[in-house]
Amino acid sequence: MAHIQLPEGLPGIRGAMAFRPETAKPLNELVEILLHGPNSLTPGERELIATYVSTENDCYYCQTIHGAIAAASLGDDEALVKKVKTDFQNAAISDKLKTLLVIAGQVQKGGKNVTSASVADARATGATDVEIHDTVLIAAAFCMYNRYVDGLGTTQPKDEVMYRERGKRVARDGYVSVSKEYLPA
Amino acid sequence: MPHVSLPEGIPGISSGFAFRPETAKPMRELAHVLLHEPSTLSPAERELIATYVSSQNDCFFCQTSHGAAAAAHLGEKAHTVEDVKQDFTRAAVSDKLKALLVIAGQVQKGGKHVSAESVQKARNLGATDLEIHDTVLIAAAFCMYNRYVDGLATWQPRDPAMYATMGKHLATHGYITPSTKP
Repeated sequence: MAHIQLPEGLPGIRGAMAFRPETAKPLNELVEILLHGPNSLTPGERELIATYVSTENDCYYCQTIHGAIAAASLGDDEALVKKVKTDFQNAAISDKLKTLLVIAGQVQKGGKNVTSASVADARATGATDVEIHDTVLIAAAFCMYNRYVDGLGTTQPKDEVMYRERGKRVARDGYVSVSKEYLPA
Repeated sequence: MPHVSLPEGIPGISSGFAFRPETAKPMRELAHVLLHEPSTLSPAERELIATYVSSQNDCFFCQTSHGAAAAAHLGEKAHTVEDVKQDFTRAAVSDKLKALLVIAGQVQKGGKHVSAESVQKARNLGATDLEIHDTVLIAAAFCMYNRYVDGLATWQPRDPAMYATMGKHLATHGYITPSTKP
């Protein structure tokens, strides 16, 4: 049971967002820009960063829904998503994304854990300043979203089909658009 | 030196905001709703929660700037800011705020650390669902802001006067407009 009275039938962050639409607006706009808006990192790459950080933070809802969005953005390659969550160094992803995942993992532990050496490694594989910035902010933002979802004790159904279907819709339409179904106009 | 080429002469989070205005906008709006817009928790109480979490995350810029905003709201009781950072259980704040600071500290460690007992205790002291929600989200949001500021290795000057000026600006105008100029 959730720690506070959240609207029923809306799992994970959706119940919390429907409870407080004033904060839902910037929360949705931030994730839209970071994960869905135009970027030199693909939506699939950015969703993998979000999924990896959510896994490190042990947030079931976030790692499952963002894993599903990542898979939908990567030709339904669910095996790749699973590999990134457990062993990204040996996953079939670019060296650049591997170095960005190292930075994301450092941010997850705490901002001061990010080292100049890991940033230099990312730059050596071709990462730009904006890509490094966005990696830091995606990782930081999921340290927020994950704590929000688990800190309120939200409902997190173990329903793979639900996450897979919703993942496809978010990958296609984005966060702000999909949020309209549970937020007031 | 910052990890990426942030604009020079702009401290802390303001340099990240200037580097990437697209993400700055919702981040400013979120802080504004959580800390500055009308709420049954006073702006001082909410700034104290933000300061405490930033202090637990060891982020100098955030704990100093939000501590200064809290101090600006508190006026002659500004010493409460240091008291809360050192040991909030002995600070001159309400029992309800102490119960909310316990929840905020649990969120800082990780969302699953929030216990039904600590929520019940806050509720027994008069905290509403909305106040508990906002406490969880303020604490979670500062786990983002703190990591953003330190994760980019932003410039964080040690000049108390700068933070005092910034704190007055934040306390008066909130978070939508920049509090620092290059």
